[in-house]
Amino acid sequence: MLTIENLHAEIEGKKILNGIDLDVKAGEIHAIMGPNGSGKSTLSSVIAGNEDYEMTKGSMLFGGQDLSELDAESRAHLGIFLSFQYPVEIPGVTVTNFIKTAINASRKAQGLEDMPASDLLKKIREKAQLLDIDSKFLSRSLNEGFSGGEKKRNEIFQMAMLEPKLAILDETDSGLDIDALKIVANGVNKLRNKDNAVVVITHYQRLLDYIVPDFVHVLFNGKIVKSGTKELAHELEAKGYDWIKELA
Amino acid sequence: MAYTEEELKKELETKEYEYGFYTDIESDTFPKGLNADIVRKISEKKGEPTWMTEWRLSAYEAWLEMEEPEWANVSYTKPNLQEISYYSAPKTNPKYNNLDEVDPDLLDTFNRLGISLEEQKKLAGVAVDIVMDSVSVATTFKKTLAEKGIIFCSISEAIKEHPELVKKYLGTVVPPKDNYYAGLNSAVFTDGSFCYIPKGVRCPMELSTYFRINQAGTGQFERTLVIADQESYVSYLEGCTAPSRDENQLHAAVVELIALDDAEIKYSTVQNWYPGDKSGKGGVFNFVTKRGICHTRSKISWTQVETGSAVTWKYPSCILKGDYSIGEFYSIAVTNNRQQADTGTKMIHLGKNTKSTIISKGISAGESQNSYRGLVQVGARASQARNFSQCDSLLMGNSCGAHTFPYIEAKNNTAQIEHEATTSKIGEDQIFYCNQRGIDTEKAIALIVNGFSKEVLNKLPMEFAVEAQKLLEISLEGSVG
Repeated sequence: MLTIENLHAEIEGKKILNGIDLDVKAGEIHAIMGPNGSGKSTLSSVIAGNEDYEMTKGSMLFGGQDLSELDAESRAHLGIFLSFQYPVEIPGVTVTNFIKTAINASRKAQGLEDMPASDLLKKIREKAQLLDIDSKFLSRSLNEGFSGGEKKRNEIFQMAMLEPKLAILDETDSGLDIDALKIVANGVNKLRNKDNAVVVITHYQRLLDYIVPDFVHVLFNGKIVKSGTKELAHELEAKGYDWIKELA
Repeated sequence: MAYTEEELKKELETKEYEYGFYTDIESDTFPKGLNADIVRKISEKKGEPTWMTEWRLSAYEAWLEMEEPEWANVSYTKPNLQEISYYSAPKTNPKYNNLDEVDPDLLDTFNRLGISLEEQKKLAGVAVDIVMDSVSVATTFKKTLAEKGIIFCSISEAIKEHPELVKKYLGTVVPPKDNYYAGLNSAVFTDGSFCYIPKGVRCPMELSTYFRINQAGTGQFERTLVIADQESYVSYLEGCTAPSRDENQLHAAVVELIALDDAEIKYSTVQNWYPGDKSGKGGVFNFVTKRGICHTRSKISWTQVETGSAVTWKYPSCILKGDYSIGEFYSIAVTNNRQQADTGTKMIHLGKNTKSTIISKGISAGESQNSYRGLVQVGARASQARNFSQCDSLLMGNSCGAHTFPYIEAKNNTAQIEHEATTSKIGEDQIFYCNQRGIDTEKAIALIVNGFSKEVLNKLPMEFAVEAQKLLEISLEGSVG
């Protein structure tokens, strides 16, 4: 599904990613771990198409298509979703209006008519229930005055609504208490199937108790220095990141 | 497309005026220039009674002594008032009983503006009095209104048919000596709308008027007078578009609202005069005086969406004369390219327990300058007066300006006055967030701007709100490459 080879990227001339290789297949869950400043969030931004970052070398293919030639919205239309670490506020735009606009933008790109209001309503109800979201929440301005947990839950709600092929969860666990973490993880687990894939970016192993990865990669200085299975996450939890730095 | 400052700028520059066309209708136009004879001729041409001619002439005399104001935060070349023709009316007979009699060119113009009369007729509850180049050419729904005793006609007609009402109220809220442009308007106004709602009557439909400047070099001096008698209610809509012309066009309207005891007037405007091209050439000068007076327990609500004009100078105001009266002002002002807007309101609290609310949303793009200027004045007698003001500015790009000039004068120490102001900028992070959800940059800006303006858009009648939203999109986006 997603094939990244020798990816180099920089921001304002500063090199952040120094040759990433990653192969994500449909049905898989990958976890990317690493200490602060190792390039985890940069990787997610580059995949999503944030033009603040410049891809200087390597390739990114998604379903065989060269991502480097596509803008962010086209990547979204192909089914790439990023759950932001710091979701932005858009005052005056309700959660419902935002998600409606997003869904219809993707449908338009596929040559489809707007989703009928009744279908949309049904879908919103279903997904809100899945994530234990109150209907009052849906009429609030997007992320405005939301608690950290509400913001993250809203990201996963959008993911549930948009049904992406590839979801990248960037530090989705930060700011969540254990109950919210369980709800979010439960939602992600229910949404996964053999046709989609999830990349979980996290600093801590905690989230991986609930979203169990098939593969764990450790990022350091913009490179994947070690890959393994979920046991690697436990090992990192026990030993910290210092021994990883010696591998680099 | 991901958003950068450069790209946003480029994108905003590509917006062309949608309604920039010119209808070639034979017109009856006066020679250019202004003097007492021209004033007399206007009055004569319109078949006005002597008292009206005298009223105009005294306004003209007063105006001669006045000077053009310079305090607004705008700069422009003052229009040469001797280069303007003060009367222009379509030559074809302006009185029509039905649409078939109307000049097909004129109907075509309306159709291109998206205000097909046929459609308007069908639209539930909207009566339209169309002012095109000063003379009313079509009035619909008159009959329904007449049954309720509501008078909705051109001001010219009102002068002839209802002189007692016009005499009693004309110039009482905006006296001819009020300001330079109000004085000019009083002397030379050619037409406009008149509305009277009798005591205890709730007007069953939204009353609307579309204005349009059409004749090259013709100034437009509209005069509107709305009187809501005791315990009555009316919602009045005004929308403007103008074709693109190279020379600057002056628009100096006067609107007077009178809300008698326990009456309510809602006055909504969507203004889309030609703003000039991106270098600032051409465009309409919009120097308008709009004011309402509230008697006991009455309410006046101004809602405006201002997207057009090269230079706007406009302060819809309320004189809260009666105890327990309420004044409201909700405004969205969008400026782009070289547009300049200096707009706001005055809330004059004279009565006890009077209340006013001001919500102003300014959106600036390109190299435009957008100023909010507001005065909240509380008189010595106005105990327990309350005001809440909120002024929000949204900036797009780095070359535009947003300014806020709030003035507060309180002469009664029981007054409560609150003022809040914010300035924000559409952020690259907001645009990227939308892009990541599959929403393109153009749509993202529309979404953010509509969200920002929502409190005001919500105050507009439904059909107008939709139109206004579209207008905001058109004003700020254009085609994204």
